[in-house]
Amino acid sequence: MSNLSTVTNNTSDAGLHKESKAAVLFKKYGMLIILIALIALMTALEPNFINSNNIINIVRQMAVIGIVAIGVTFVIITSGIDLSSGSVIALTSVIVATFAQEGTYPLIVAVLAAVAVGAATGVFNGFLIAKGNIAPFIVTLGMMTAARGLALLFSGGRPIGGLSDSFQFLGQGMILGIPVPIIIFAIIGIVSYVLLNKTKFGKYVYAIGGNEQAAMIAGVNVTKVKILVYSYAGLLSGLAGMILTARIASGQPTAGTMYELDAIAAAVIGGTSLTGGIGTIGGTVIGALIIGVMNNGLDLMNVSSYWQQILKGVIITVAVYIDARKHKKK
Amino acid sequence: MTSPYILQMSDISKSFPGVKALQNVKLDVKKGEVHALMGENGAGKSTLMKILIGIYTADTGSVVFDGEKLSISNVSEALDKGISMIHQELNPVPEMTVAENIFLGREPTYGKTGIVNQKQLIRNTKELFERLNITTINPKAKMIDLTVAKMQLVEIAKAVSFDSKLIIMDEPTSAITDKEVAHLFDIIRSLQKKDVGIIYITHKMEELKQIANTLTVFRDGQYVGTDSIDNMSRERLIEMMVGRELSHAFDKEHAARHEVALEVKNLTKEGKFYDVNFHVRKGEVLGIAGLMGSGRSEILETIFGVMQADAGDIEVNGQKKKMRTPKDAINAGIGLLTEDRKLTGCFLPLSVRDNMIMVNINKYTKNGIINQKRIEDDCEDQKKKMNIKTPNMDQLISNLSGGNQQKVLIGRWLLHNPDILFLDEPTRGIDIGAKSEIYNLIFELAKQGKAIIIVSSEMPEVIGLSDRIVVMSEGYQTGELDRSDATQEAIMELATRGELIKRKTS
Repeated sequence: MSNLSTVTNNTSDAGLHKESKAAVLFKKYGMLIILIALIALMTALEPNFINSNNIINIVRQMAVIGIVAIGVTFVIITSGIDLSSGSVIALTSVIVATFAQEGTYPLIVAVLAAVAVGAATGVFNGFLIAKGNIAPFIVTLGMMTAARGLALLFSGGRPIGGLSDSFQFLGQGMILGIPVPIIIFAIIGIVSYVLLNKTKFGKYVYAIGGNEQAAMIAGVNVTKVKILVYSYAGLLSGLAGMILTARIASGQPTAGTMYELDAIAAAVIGGTSLTGGIGTIGGTVIGALIIGVMNNGLDLMNVSSYWQQILKGVIITVAVYIDARKHKKK
Repeated sequence: MTSPYILQMSDISKSFPGVKALQNVKLDVKKGEVHALMGENGAGKSTLMKILIGIYTADTGSVVFDGEKLSISNVSEALDKGISMIHQELNPVPEMTVAENIFLGREPTYGKTGIVNQKQLIRNTKELFERLNITTINPKAKMIDLTVAKMQLVEIAKAVSFDSKLIIMDEPTSAITDKEVAHLFDIIRSLQKKDVGIIYITHKMEELKQIANTLTVFRDGQYVGTDSIDNMSRERLIEMMVGRELSHAFDKEHAARHEVALEVKNLTKEGKFYDVNFHVRKGEVLGIAGLMGSGRSEILETIFGVMQADAGDIEVNGQKKKMRTPKDAINAGIGLLTEDRKLTGCFLPLSVRDNMIMVNINKYTKNGIINQKRIEDDCEDQKKKMNIKTPNMDQLISNLSGGNQQKVLIGRWLLHNPDILFLDEPTRGIDIGAKSEIYNLIFELAKQGKAIIIVSSEMPEVIGLSDRIVVMSEGYQTGELDRSDATQEAIMELATRGELIKRKTS
């Protein structure tokens, strides 16, 4: 070992220890700390906030956005974007509602329909992006418009009611006192965590976002992985659409409007970097909860919805600013 | 009587983290002279020019321009003082017209209204073109519709239009034909008559005699010498450019003659390289030498399936293979350490561990789930073998030094254990300690029976590492040298021969 390389090493080591422990801790758990602080603040201002019914209510409300945000997290890690989630929710909603009519098909058919519709839109997005080399923003913007149109066309612009009790259970039911949407959200969270952290596919997702060229040279089938990523995001939007439909007990062609932006916001607040290669499922779940806590707490405090939107905008911008600073340091 | 010099740069030093790019160099340019600046890639020519036009700031030294001490901090200040530069890489605004590109940022306006006087703009451009005898370009044409050669002419016209006292030309002839070169030289001569000084950077020795008056040579960031072009023979120039002592890091035994691992026959990629033939044996290190743009890296990338050959065959262990994607090449037992660590090698946001296993994940996956324990063991193993300095495998690769990053990337391929390994600039931008460790590793791998191909701009490195050296020049294979015949002078001789071949074939 030569002296020169030792010196280099020491300096780079020194660079690593320069940050204080608190800074490192904040970097790792920053958003979790903010979430807890937010909960504490809300509780101080409005003691009703912390009661268990309200907390369960928040998580149930956030389950739909959270599921979409998990799919979007995969997409953003590959340095892509998905604007179509909200419209895919609507398309799924009206199609699922027709398969979930009282006394027609068994429940499983409705669930499979949700999965199929969502995944199909995702495959379409992924194919155009990966094979057609069209920018993800454009492709999913097109899908956002077209899927909304399809939903309106399919339903004639009207809500579709008359859903079976077993289907409504998916949105309104409880198992062991826990709302079903929360259970589905949790299962999807765990599956996605394993997929992203413990499988080859997950490593390739990070690799493509980290450096697409290098991934290609390392033998990664970039096209295939990208199509799978958009398909998975679509599939999760489909499931989210199914849960939303069951909760509001009708297929709505206007459902999910602007959900794509809440989902992207949740991912970004949770530390997913729009430049790619960085992001975690845990972070996104926390991001979704932060949005949920804000919405709910401000509602409880009777803050006008106009102010709520302004605050949400500020928080998203600050989150991205923090992210940008983190990268600039390197 | 004023000074005959338009520019006097003295005692200039510039360091970047880990690299001394320039050490106490000087450059004196007289009025009305074409001063050629030569040196290998990385000799410091571009750095010095960037200091001159205000992109970099020198650590030490002084610049006297036109009799006054110059201290500038950006390009527009340099232009105001009378220094303009024709860059090697063109930066036109493609959707704008020729005239708009030339006068970008200084368009003639109607008084102070800010409204561009289009007629005046076209008139100014026409006048400029007449002065330079450019007849084939319409000032109203969009840049995007021009050939590269014409864009280069526009770029030259733009540099002249500032009426600068000093014009820097960085390889201005790299993209243009002989006819246009002659035209450029006419322009240069007319500028000389107006006492404009020209700094002319080129790799083409043929051009020197035709146009340059004086020559300065840099090597490894140091000033080697200045002399009149008439005193300069080709041999002396080559010696000045490469005359380093051979590093003693290379104590290599001659490789045993094993069977051929990889052979390419008549491999051609239009516009990049033509009719390339070579083979490499198991246990052998083959060097590919040549200047930048000679097609070296492109040959490796083509064999590796990053781009597709237009003609020719690739044979691995005697079997013809089609390489459509890098995956095909990896499956055929080839690995590629790419030229640009940051651009095509590292996954910068990811950990050392993830960077290392990316080629080889299949090995650690069972029933779809990755076995972390085996990854940890293998990564620790590579860390020890290659002496990678990282506190742990979770460390982001972006926090490592260049040399250690490079070792991680080599480790990525070693975990996969390919039979044939391509190393493109394996030691670029890394410190001397890590360099010699990588050299030893290469010898070790060859001893294990791997076939290795090395591309490097550093000639002592190619010579020291290789058993045989294929030399490329401007896309043509100009020769092959055995280890015993390989001197820097011999390689440089072959590496500058492409122009002659090009002229013969066209």
